[in-house]
Amino acid sequence: MSSDIKGAVHLDSASFQKTIESAGDKPVMVDFFAEWCGPCKMAAPIIEDLAHKYEGKAIIAKLNVDENQNIAALYGVMSIPTVMVFKNGKLANRQIGFIGQEGYEKMITDALE
Amino acid sequence: MKKIKVAIIGSGPAGYTAGIYAARAKLKPTIFAGEEIGGQLMFTTEVENFPGFPKAIRGPVLMDRMREQAEHFGAELEPHFITAVDFSHQPFRLWTQLPSSVSAPELIRLKQTDYSVLAKQIKQQPADYLVDSVIIATGAVPIRLHVPGEDKFMGRGVSVCAVCDAAFFKDKNVYVIGGGDSAMEDTLALTKFARQVNVVHRRANFRASKIMCERVLHHPKVKIFWNSQLTEIMGETVVNKIRIVTKDEKTDQLKERVLDADGVFLAIGHRPVSGIFTNEIQIDDHGYILTRKSLSAAGLQLGLTAVDKGVIAYPSMTTSAGVFAAGDVVDVRYKQAITAAAQGCEAALDVERWLENNQS
Repeated sequence: MSSDIKGAVHLDSASFQKTIESAGDKPVMVDFFAEWCGPCKMAAPIIEDLAHKYEGKAIIAKLNVDENQNIAALYGVMSIPTVMVFKNGKLANRQIGFIGQEGYEKMITDALE
Repeated sequence: MKKIKVAIIGSGPAGYTAGIYAARAKLKPTIFAGEEIGGQLMFTTEVENFPGFPKAIRGPVLMDRMREQAEHFGAELEPHFITAVDFSHQPFRLWTQLPSSVSAPELIRLKQTDYSVLAKQIKQQPADYLVDSVIIATGAVPIRLHVPGEDKFMGRGVSVCAVCDAAFFKDKNVYVIGGGDSAMEDTLALTKFARQVNVVHRRANFRASKIMCERVLHHPKVKIFWNSQLTEIMGETVVNKIRIVTKDEKTDQLKERVLDADGVFLAIGHRPVSGIFTNEIQIDDHGYILTRKSLSAAGLQLGLTAVDKGVIAYPSMTTSAGVFAAGDVVDVRYKQAITAAAQGCEAALDVERWLENNQS
């Protein structure tokens, strides 16, 4: 994972913990998704837009729950899309199900306050 | 403020098909896809009954292709929801603004009284679009049961998208509530992961298609609770029990049971998304928009008032001239992807003819 990649960062089990811990007070938004999930496809372009809009202010990331079942299980993800925001290494907000553009953006602006 | 000739509200099979036809008629339609782009088929896996795909096609893939086809012919796609409409005079006015107090997916699920307050607020602003004609193809959304525990455990064992969440219930004991095609599809999706799938249905037989019923009834992992209703979902942090009430078929006596459960999947049906059109056009008691070919007594009556040279003029027109409707928001009977697509086609053809006859 390098910082010059534009758009949402793809995390895996190895990079997940490191990313949320090393971000400090910069919010980290993680979209828990799967390829076969329709509503995740509704959320995907919104998450991608937010990654551009908040570049440098927040880290916007995605985690494939099929490939990283341990992380999904660790955070009790039982429904996707689930989007979480971490701040200072801790879970600050969790939204289950598709909540729309305003909903996702508010998660970031709340965390930036 | 933008001016458009044809506004299509909705992005399911009806909306996209209307878009394809209107675009090919060079009407430059704008499809207001909303953020829940693609509609109900985005929540499904294999679509086996859409002609042309003998080995089935995945719902989200089918919708993506319809979108591509509409855009290919020049339909413009807007990711916004229409949040309020004024059909009282032409050109019609549409708003896409949203007060910060509510998100777009919440808007279409608001109670009518709450929406009316919001609509007043929205309509104080100048409209975002002026349109000559409208095709409403807003479809339907899943009905919630509103039993205790449902909201609390949403995403923690309660799900409205079995095909999304089935994989999280590996070797678990889960319950599907409902008896239609979506309940059957959910049940079969869950059998791939869960240890046991129980179906709770309030009647003594399913209303789903025969082929889907047979697959469910013959599946070794499936158990059916007939004549039963879910009354409570219980647990601490996640679901671990449910309460159901079963009516004895012979004696009519009610028996209440508490059962171990790891997951509850709601598939009890859908309701039409027509709230923002209340007071603008006629809508029936169940929320279906009335057109001149609605399959109801009211629809027949309306059709008869519009007979021209022995046939009904503009059959897909609502009670407001220039406003048409198609798909699950109208359809009281069939509610299939293919019927929605067909109705979208009809609405676009009606709009084309109506514009020809009514524009100076």
